[in-house]
Amino acid sequence: MNVGGFISQLLQVLIALALAPLLVGWVNQCRAWLQNKSAPSLLLPYRTIHKLFIKDAVVADTASPIFRIAPYIVFGAMCCAAAIVPSLATDLPFASAADAIALVGLFALARVFVALAAMDTGTAFGSLGARREMFIGFLAEPALLMVLFTASLISGSTSLPTIVDTLAHREFAIYPSLAFAGVAFTMVSLAENARVPVDNPATHLELTMIHEAMILEYSARHLALIEWASAMKLFNYSCIGLALFFPFGIASGGDWLGVVGAAPTLVAKLAIGGFALALIETLSAKMRIFRAPEFLGTAFLLAVLGMLVNLLLGS
Amino acid sequence: MTAIPFYAQIINLLAALLLLLSFAMLAQRRVLSLVNLFAMQGLSLALSTAIVAYGTAQPHLYWSAGLTFVLKVFLLPWLLHRLIRQLDVRWDVEGLINIPTTMLIGIVLVVFSFNLAVPISELASTVTRSTLGIAMACVMLSFLMMITRRKAIPQVIGFLSMENGLFFAATSATYGMPLVVELGIALDVLVGMLILGVFFFQIREQFDSLDLKHLEKLKEGE
Amino acid sequence: MIEILAVLGFPLLGALLLAWLGARPNAPGINVAVSLLTLLAAAALTARVIAEGPLLVLDRQFFVDPFNVFLVALTALVGFTTSIFSRPYMRIEEERGRLTPAKLRLYHSMYQLFNFTMLLALLANNMGILWVAMEAATLTTVLLVSLYRTPASLEAAWKYFILCGVGIAQALFGTILLYFAAERVLGAGGGALLWTELNAVKGQLEPTVLSLAFVFLLVGYGTKTGLVPLHNWLPDAHAEGPTPVSAVLSGLLLNVALYAVVRCKVLVEGSVHTSFARELMMGFGLLSVVVAAFMLSRQKDLKRLFAYSSIEHMGIITFAFGMGGPIANFAGLLHMTAHSLTKSAIFFAVGHATQKTGTQLIDGMRGLITISPMMGWGLMLGSLAILGMPPFGIFASEFLILITAMREQPWATPFLLAALAIAFAAVVSKLQPIVFGETNATRLPHRPAMVPVYTHLALVLMLGLWIPPYLAQWYRQAARLIG
Repeated sequence: MNVGGFISQLLQVLIALALAPLLVGWVNQCRAWLQNKSAPSLLLPYRTIHKLFIKDAVVADTASPIFRIAPYIVFGAMCCAAAIVPSLATDLPFASAADAIALVGLFALARVFVALAAMDTGTAFGSLGARREMFIGFLAEPALLMVLFTASLISGSTSLPTIVDTLAHREFAIYPSLAFAGVAFTMVSLAENARVPVDNPATHLELTMIHEAMILEYSARHLALIEWASAMKLFNYSCIGLALFFPFGIASGGDWLGVVGAAPTLVAKLAIGGFALALIETLSAKMRIFRAPEFLGTAFLLAVLGMLVNLLLGS
Repeated sequence: MTAIPFYAQIINLLAALLLLLSFAMLAQRRVLSLVNLFAMQGLSLALSTAIVAYGTAQPHLYWSAGLTFVLKVFLLPWLLHRLIRQLDVRWDVEGLINIPTTMLIGIVLVVFSFNLAVPISELASTVTRSTLGIAMACVMLSFLMMITRRKAIPQVIGFLSMENGLFFAATSATYGMPLVVELGIALDVLVGMLILGVFFFQIREQFDSLDLKHLEKLKEGE
Repeated sequence: MIEILAVLGFPLLGALLLAWLGARPNAPGINVAVSLLTLLAAAALTARVIAEGPLLVLDRQFFVDPFNVFLVALTALVGFTTSIFSRPYMRIEEERGRLTPAKLRLYHSMYQLFNFTMLLALLANNMGILWVAMEAATLTTVLLVSLYRTPASLEAAWKYFILCGVGIAQALFGTILLYFAAERVLGAGGGALLWTELNAVKGQLEPTVLSLAFVFLLVGYGTKTGLVPLHNWLPDAHAEGPTPVSAVLSGLLLNVALYAVVRCKVLVEGSVHTSFARELMMGFGLLSVVVAAFMLSRQKDLKRLFAYSSIEHMGIITFAFGMGGPIANFAGLLHMTAHSLTKSAIFFAVGHATQKTGTQLIDGMRGLITISPMMGWGLMLGSLAILGMPPFGIFASEFLILITAMREQPWATPFLLAALAIAFAAVVSKLQPIVFGETNATRLPHRPAMVPVYTHLALVLMLGLWIPPYLAQWYRQAARLIG
């Protein structure tokens, strides 16, 4: 592992950390704009995180150590994920350590700890949120894996950088299977990131909330880490999506200059992606929780279809 | 993989879209959306036929594409919209089986038809041969839709979308049937649709509804 | 050539004329006249084919050989007699308020259009046109089946439309596969769907594709033939539509659909050198015979009863063509003719009988013979003929089929014999009280048309006692053609 590669790796994680809250702010702004509301500041997520960090943390008496360490684990998992996801460059030292399946595992680890922490304090809302979160998670994960498998069928490897490298540097060809996978991936991302058709990040209505219900007990720095981690999760998912389906502009070497050079493209792509997300959220209505299996089942089905189509047409 | 010309790739993409739309129709509960999906399916069919015509220099396929475009994208959806408006039947349609189960059966059907199509497409010499499996899957899915819906209009849409699948099979396996046959088929579809329109009114007049559960009286041994 | 144009042109023009004229008092007369002209044209065509051999005309689009010319003649004949029968029948229906002049107009023009589509299906050389004509035949009859607009007739028509529509879509897929196989040998273009061209190169067609195509074609056209388990529409459509429509459905449409199956079978046999197509046809045929025979005893509606009898007979014919060989094919063709004539005669008699008693239910019809002996005997003789009693033609053909089956497919014989016996018991036990015993029938306001009934029965009787040599020659030629 050379020093240049290490710098690039660090740079990618740092850029992810820095840009993640901005992406959330951008999505919120776009959404407000689309809904004819006056938009909050683009930098609001940064201010929120900053404000939460300087407050004193309050922890429930009944809370066990799990409750305390969960935010760190979740945040750490998301940072690891940010290092693995080829958002800026495909040839990074850390990337070879884990493939797409491990990435899904990392996300699962974060989910399990959030859910454990939510149940730890023993409040009604926490358990309710945890149950719903696991319910959605167990439906979303197979679909996500299927999407990644479809993509890896094309390149013949489950390693994300290899997949992205193949997709970015192939001869121009249209893969119908990727269209299926793309739609499926969008649906999974919406569910995983607690976005509108499945969950609503903006409300605390007990009948519908999922993600917000789990983190009600958190305050101050713990909450800041959790919020930041959620932003990172959205960022990571967006980067996976962009890398798989719009891979152009990614630096192929591990050179840090290349990484810096790829950043503007990424920002532009994220801006468009964030706008698209806001558009989806504006256009669709929150569905009943019992419709969620149908929604995610459809995602799974599309991913399977993508795989079948790939096998049929790709031969 | 790289041997496939660009236009064939677009056809593959449209084929995938056709399949996607078939599934969307299977999952759709609202009748009006069903009609729109049907129109979109017609559009992708017409587009792919036109691209096949362009790519393989088969001028008679332009006629076929134009026919599909006029008939399946404008005329039939328009007729269906009119019917729905006049009969005021904008209900949601609930299938006999719930939608996730239907989708699972659909996946099984897709696997089945892909397998069935492989030996045939290996014999074909057309660049679009690999899409034959998709065409077959579309036919099967429309068939499934006809079985699982108990209202008249969704059944008819299923029937029409089956016709779409068949047309697509004809284009992808053989670059289209002879023109005289295609004209005949198109005429039959149109006349069939008009007759059905009349028929819907008759059913409605008799039963005040287009729910096919009224049409289950004739059974054996009564 | 001119004969073919006349055979197709008369019913088509007749349909337009009748639609244009509307419900005039002389519309039934025109209907009869047009059918008569069609019959004469068909006779001329037949004479021409007998004298000059097969015809291939109009850019190879129309093809006449001994096999289809015999069906054309039969179709035209039954079309003509049914139009004679429908004159008094529809008049009575109109006076009883079941039909309006507008519906009669629809009926007359659709009747001619239906004849046109069937003749087109028979004469077309192009398998695609054959498909188009079959689909059009469904479409023209859908509105005829729902003519009375009763809930039951609407249901029957809906079932008919959807089931046959789905079935015929399968046949289209089969046709596409056929074209696909042919294109590799004959090249793209119109020639690759012409039956004569396909027949010439059938040995080179890809067996895998043709086997698959035949499955779809058999399922598709088999739905229209009424083969079990695709027969669900048939009893309903026969029972709920007006009786002349039941007569032509049973007497003609089923034949034409079976004709399409046999044409396809010839191609598949030539390409696939296994008994695959034969076995499939024999299996479907036998299943239809057995299931229909058991269903017969459960029927309470007289028209449904005879509809199931049609399924049974279509099963027998399919089985015969499935066995193949000169004798079985000869018997199959003879059975087709005899069944068409007998079944339409029965439906004529049943039609007037339902008008006399005011019901179609078997329990409601009693003692027809007291009030009108001609009709009672017509029904009784027709039923005996359809059940295969000597000396009628059906006996001869069933006998031939049975002995061929004993020699070539001995396993099937017990099923066939048992089914025939069950059918006999079921129909006779139901018919006996209808014809004899205390009567509840009333006189009709108009003289019923008994001439078609007895003409048909006389022809069937003749076929049983003595087949004219030229007809026998003709059957033998056709039997050789279909292998």
